[in-house]
Amino acid sequence: MQSRKPNPPEARNLSSYPEDLLAEMYRRMALIRTFELSVNDLFLRGLMPGTIHLSHGQEATTVGACLALQPQDFITLTHRGHGQALAKGVSPASLMAELFGKVTGCCQGKGGSLHIGDVSVGAFPAIAIVGASSPIAAGMAFAFKRRRMGQIVCNFFGEGTANKGDWHEAMNLAAVWTLPVVFLCENNLYGVSTHMSEVMLNDYVAERAEGYRMPGVTVYGNDPIEVYEVVLNAATRAREGEGPTLVECLTYRRGGHKRDDPATYRPKDEVEAWLAQDPVPAFRKRLLADGRFNEGGLVKIENGVQQGVDQAVEFAQTSPEPPPELALEHVYA
Amino acid sequence: MLEKSRDEGAPVEGRPRELTIVQALREALQEEMLRDESVFVMGEDIHIGGSFLFTLGLLDRFGPDRVINTPISESGFVGLGIGAAIQGLRPVIDFQYGDFLFCALDQIVQQASKLRYMSGGQVKIPMVLQLPTGASGRGAQHANSVEGFFFHIPGIKLVTPASPYDAKGLLKSAIRDDNVVLFCVHKHLYGSKGRKLAQSSLSTGYVPEEDYTIPLGVADVKREGRDITVVANLLMLHRTMNVAAALAADGISVEVVDPRCLIPLDTDTIIQSVQKTGRLLIVEETHERGGWGAQVAAEVASKAIGYLDGPIRRLATPNVPIPFSPVLEASVIPDEPAIREAILELVRA
Repeated sequence: MQSRKPNPPEARNLSSYPEDLLAEMYRRMALIRTFELSVNDLFLRGLMPGTIHLSHGQEATTVGACLALQPQDFITLTHRGHGQALAKGVSPASLMAELFGKVTGCCQGKGGSLHIGDVSVGAFPAIAIVGASSPIAAGMAFAFKRRRMGQIVCNFFGEGTANKGDWHEAMNLAAVWTLPVVFLCENNLYGVSTHMSEVMLNDYVAERAEGYRMPGVTVYGNDPIEVYEVVLNAATRAREGEGPTLVECLTYRRGGHKRDDPATYRPKDEVEAWLAQDPVPAFRKRLLADGRFNEGGLVKIENGVQQGVDQAVEFAQTSPEPPPELALEHVYA
Repeated sequence: MLEKSRDEGAPVEGRPRELTIVQALREALQEEMLRDESVFVMGEDIHIGGSFLFTLGLLDRFGPDRVINTPISESGFVGLGIGAAIQGLRPVIDFQYGDFLFCALDQIVQQASKLRYMSGGQVKIPMVLQLPTGASGRGAQHANSVEGFFFHIPGIKLVTPASPYDAKGLLKSAIRDDNVVLFCVHKHLYGSKGRKLAQSSLSTGYVPEEDYTIPLGVADVKREGRDITVVANLLMLHRTMNVAAALAADGISVEVVDPRCLIPLDTDTIIQSVQKTGRLLIVEETHERGGWGAQVAAEVASKAIGYLDGPIRRLATPNVPIPFSPVLEASVIPDEPAIREAILELVRA
């Protein structure tokens, strides 16, 4: 097994980016981190039902990608989707309520952590079967292209997905029909416990784009600006009718696959190297160095985020349970 | 009972036009494509008509943007259809053989049937899959009665037309429906040129040229009778109709009920018939174990057992794959002598 260490590129100068974009980038990253740590705590205390797959550590990828999209664009979410949902603008309160299975949740408690989403903000409720979302994302893009709605689709998936037939079929269909899709790989190196090098010979998932005559780009996924730039290019390309792009973001889970997984299968030196490149404090440091942000301003963002998550937990815990008859609804339109 | 179908020529002038099922289906699809721009059709080799000529001539009429040839990529294009439907289109997917739907099983069972439910009703998926079903002399992998597998799945609809009139009206309803509809037609019932067409009073029939729909989930009494109710669909319906016609000469009056749809299943019509006749035989080509006929038997037993004068009987394909040899294939699928014998046993008991 080849462990892979983070290899951050030289950080871009932030001065050409609008202050409100940078502030929103940081706010969403901080929101995801705070949300996930809160969920972790609630779960360990036995207050939250179900199972959860936390995304902390991957904030720069989800936020960088989603901020490069337009509000009317769609994303498809994975089983590790809390961060993707928050990055696209799903309300933390409706998301938290969904994790608690409450009727006030974004899916009325019928989806749970593995199926969160809110169509009204372009976050298609998560598909938890690896690879299955890619053809569906291509289909949404097919409709957008046909209806000339100027929208695109960003299909989130992990590196393990690149070995699934559905993913390959979707890559081919999107390429051959020039569909406006950004295939966005969050490569965190592990499919549950299995290191990427055990199950594919490619060093990078993006290499597989060439097989479909599609551009493939690998980017350091713990830098939201790097991800933002690459996805913005891919999204523009898709919007202008030039077809799909495969974007691979190299990142790392801070925790295990799910909450009962201590992730001891990962080599210690690899874990230490990646955890040292924590995207949230790293971006915070860059903002402070930029000159337009000060400690007080960032603390204010962080306090706002903490307050929002606390309110979301309060809302979720005090929300009513779904009525039993809801189980029989929504089977047919 | 099988013979080569007639050539697909124009209707004879001055007579009510008689269509085959595939002609009726094609007409329904064309009418819906003209009526609604969001309807499109895709599938393998459909520029030359597809496997059963469902889309014959449609490319010339509607062009390649609405009549779309796909790669051999069933899971990919079913998933793509789901996504397109979610975003406002109405895909009709033509399968060469319904058997190939298993390549897209996750997309149907885990995605199409559940995305609306799991999202708390945020999306709808108006999509139709046209699925040739049943055995037709091609060995085990092209002989599945696919409707049997999907009967268990909540969140989809399952339509099984067996006459040209029903085929047109039901397909139009299916295309206008806001749900995923698996539209299964027996391979011996299309009447496509070059294919065998099972012969019965329902093989061809009058189909109005005008727009009409048949609601999904309403059974049809295909023949009225007094002595016994036979519930049968698809090819088994045709065989039952032949048997019923022959038995009439012997003074046995058979009522034949075609469920037409398996999901939703119109058990009311079946129960009403059983209340009249007091006897029930169910004939299906699906495998015996867990076939839809078992559900019908259970419903009748639980709701109308007091009306029955004898046991409920089922005829179905035994729990074996379908063999190739024409002799062996015929030996496992309920045929007219078997249906006749079962009816006589019940009636004479």
